[in-house]
Amino acid sequence: MDLRCRVLHLYKTLYYMGKEYPKGAQFFHERLKNAFKRNANVTEPKDVENLLERGEFVIKEIEALYKLRKYRAMKQRYYEENK
Amino acid sequence: MSLRILVGVKRVVDFAVKVRVKPDKTGVVTDGVQHSMNPFDEIALEEAVKMKEKKLASEVVAFTLGGPKSQETLRNAMAKGADKAIHVEIPEGDVAKVEPLHVAQAIQKVVEKEKFDVVFVGKQAIDDDASQTGPLLAGLLDWPQALYASKVEDGGSGTLKVTREIDGGLDTIKVKLPAVLSADLRLNEPRYATLPNIMKAKKKPLDKIAAKDLGIDLTPQTKILEVAEPPVRKAGGFVADVPELVQKLKEKGFVKG
Repeated sequence: MDLRCRVLHLYKTLYYMGKEYPKGAQFFHERLKNAFKRNANVTEPKDVENLLERGEFVIKEIEALYKLRKYRAMKQRYYEENK
Repeated sequence: MSLRILVGVKRVVDFAVKVRVKPDKTGVVTDGVQHSMNPFDEIALEEAVKMKEKKLASEVVAFTLGGPKSQETLRNAMAKGADKAIHVEIPEGDVAKVEPLHVAQAIQKVVEKEKFDVVFVGKQAIDDDASQTGPLLAGLLDWPQALYASKVEDGGSGTLKVTREIDGGLDTIKVKLPAVLSADLRLNEPRYATLPNIMKAKKKPLDKIAAKDLGIDLTPQTKILEVAEPPVRKAGGFVADVPELVQKLKEKGFVKG
């Protein structure tokens, strides 16, 4: 995949993940758009590569956040806290 | 082993939604509310998919009994790794009437038609918390059951070694296949359905069968008298100093003398 394609793919993935963001989809989508706009003029392939890597990292973080949030909610509701 | 696993999934009100009771006290508000797959079913599904990845299983089929919207849940299950799905469909208006026995009967019918080695369900659904589908199904099929699984391994010679979570500890059992399993919270960490996988899931086969054609009678076994919100916790008060605290405690009878 070329860089442009990968950037678009990253945006789509993050946009999709943001739909269930705890603070609301709008909150996430605004920030997402701003973050991409801020770096819109980056043209150096190496810099774009770095930013893509950061995006991948954010994806992993959000995944972990969703998982942990669900796990904690279930644990709190159905399991007594062990001393 | 090359097991065929049927995973029961249920569409429930999302765990993060603040549930509201309908004004007429017949149930909870479900219109316009975010729904998703029952978290415990996600765990069951994840385990089945993991078993397939470990070559323990050959095929994972997702099952649901529900209204037309349950299809989303099945698509989601296929995005997470199920190979195909079976949707036993009921009219939208009947969704609230479904009980664990109906689901167990539907699964029984499906298992009698196609051969499955394992039926995997979540230990309970987060909407009715009944925790009955698994045991009822095991009873109907006359299969062994391993409920509240926190670890599933190959037990050799057509068995599974299942570690169960029970009060105050763990219980390790060997079950002969075919068997019914139910998943506990600590079994695994379900994966996230990625966008490309969701697209791919749209092309996976989904069988739709009307509940009527399976001969399932949705007559309720129970009657809901009233659904009410839990009592609201009363606000506490502040005390100015220790003597006042002691006096209040004495008034309430928590301290003698």
